[in-house]
Amino acid sequence: MDERSPDPPTRRLVLFGAAGSGLALYAPPAAASPAAMDEAIRALVGEATVKRGRVKLELPPIVENGNTVPLTVTVDSPMNEADHVSAIHIFNEKNPQPYVAAFGLGPQAGRAAVSTRIRLADSQQVVAIARLSDGSFWSDSADVIVTLAACAEG
Amino acid sequence: MRVLLLALAVAAVAAAAPAEIAPGDRRSGYDFAGPESRAMQDDDTANPGMLGVLQGEGLWATKAGGADRSCADCHGNARTSMKGVAARYPALEPAVGSLLDLEERINRCRGEHQGAAPFAWESEDLLALTAFVAYQSRGLPIAVRGDGELRPFFDLGSELFHRRQGQLNLSCSQCHDDNWGKRLAGAVIPQAHPTGYPVYRLEWQSLGSLQRRLRNCMTGVRAEPYGYGAPEAVALELYLMARAHGMTLETPAVRP
Amino acid sequence: MARVLINLPARARRGEIIEIKTLIAHPMETGYRLGPTGAAIPRDIIKRFLCTYNGEEVFRAELFPAIAANPFIAFFTVATESGEIVFSWTDDHGETQTEVRQITVE
Repeated sequence: MDERSPDPPTRRLVLFGAAGSGLALYAPPAAASPAAMDEAIRALVGEATVKRGRVKLELPPIVENGNTVPLTVTVDSPMNEADHVSAIHIFNEKNPQPYVAAFGLGPQAGRAAVSTRIRLADSQQVVAIARLSDGSFWSDSADVIVTLAACAEG
Repeated sequence: MRVLLLALAVAAVAAAAPAEIAPGDRRSGYDFAGPESRAMQDDDTANPGMLGVLQGEGLWATKAGGADRSCADCHGNARTSMKGVAARYPALEPAVGSLLDLEERINRCRGEHQGAAPFAWESEDLLALTAFVAYQSRGLPIAVRGDGELRPFFDLGSELFHRRQGQLNLSCSQCHDDNWGKRLAGAVIPQAHPTGYPVYRLEWQSLGSLQRRLRNCMTGVRAEPYGYGAPEAVALELYLMARAHGMTLETPAVRP
Repeated sequence: MARVLINLPARARRGEIIEIKTLIAHPMETGYRLGPTGAAIPRDIIKRFLCTYNGEEVFRAELFPAIAANPFIAFFTVATESGEIVFSWTDDHGETQTEVRQITVE
């Protein structure tokens, strides 16, 4: 995902206010698709451009089981008062919803690195977007292949 | 010429007969799992199976049944009293002369000594308590042999393991003795050693028993799975544990 | 009370960046799975995770159904002072579970 030319947003998604308060949950779009993911990302970043870099999204390239996929996202940042990561958002393009998680950080984190485990319904692209304290957005993406377990329940 | 062809055919069939895995070639499912799954298993504070072990630890100390007794009341500290137990199950229960796996043994204790109703098969509580008990044998070698009084059960288990079944007409042995290490629909085929049960299977997103895993396999070949607690199921458990004799117990393992 | 596993050092040096790992038992029912009758099993997930350090928020996470069952969240924080690190998980029903750990910073 490279530099985006911004479209005027129809709705603005505010997950973390400047004071770190308030979580407004956006009603997810009905269909899962790369377009839904783009719309969700646009709702987050508004008119800003999303630059590629500084973010590293780590996912196994071939996933052993789509039900539990370890994910680690790190952002290259000094994490001091003047220059830090305020939030990291994770999106996907083929699950029923484009949202995976949103993490709120700050200078007290010391290191902008978060690990979790996610579900992926199908082989798809996963995108991580970091918002920095200066209001800029940076991103990384990963393409993963998801296979079904060989012997499943029924 | 005909005799030669016949001899070749017989030789081909003999060569294609399923070969047991040599003891030195046996590897745990851990070795076939990906690095992320192994990392998940290796860290006790990140292994979701440990949540079940924690729950089991709580159950161990909880009084139950008409006798109002906890496991701890008779067995004390599980770390010492249960050490080595899971490594030698399934085992014969002399009082009833039948083969019991660890889950059934726990339920038998519940009934006999606590006066409590048995936990349902595959219930969260039974899995948690079994995982907690088995965890006390983690790091120990599996110590199950199919000889002596266990021979008939072992033979049944072996027969079931080598028998073709289901719509796909496949035997356990064909995948797990003959084709381990190769891929089946994107997943690596392990050798099917029950080294970490109850196991946290990523597919289930929970702990599960060996019997549940066997049922998954049988569904996979489109065979009618054995009911929980069926004699075939326990015999197969015995065969698999004996086949893995000497391998290290890893409960709670993480598998895809 | 769901079972929880928290890994954080009991002691740290002032200014040291420490890693905290958390794991909580929860099925994270997505709302998309179909039950035996064919009707969807209602969504029931942990939607928010919060970590405060001596009362100040140091990390938060908003979770969606795409987070796997038994949510695992690992993050970092700077060891500033001795005191309490409080973890809370809030589910779709608005119920919150809280765990408290002590840390000694020298």
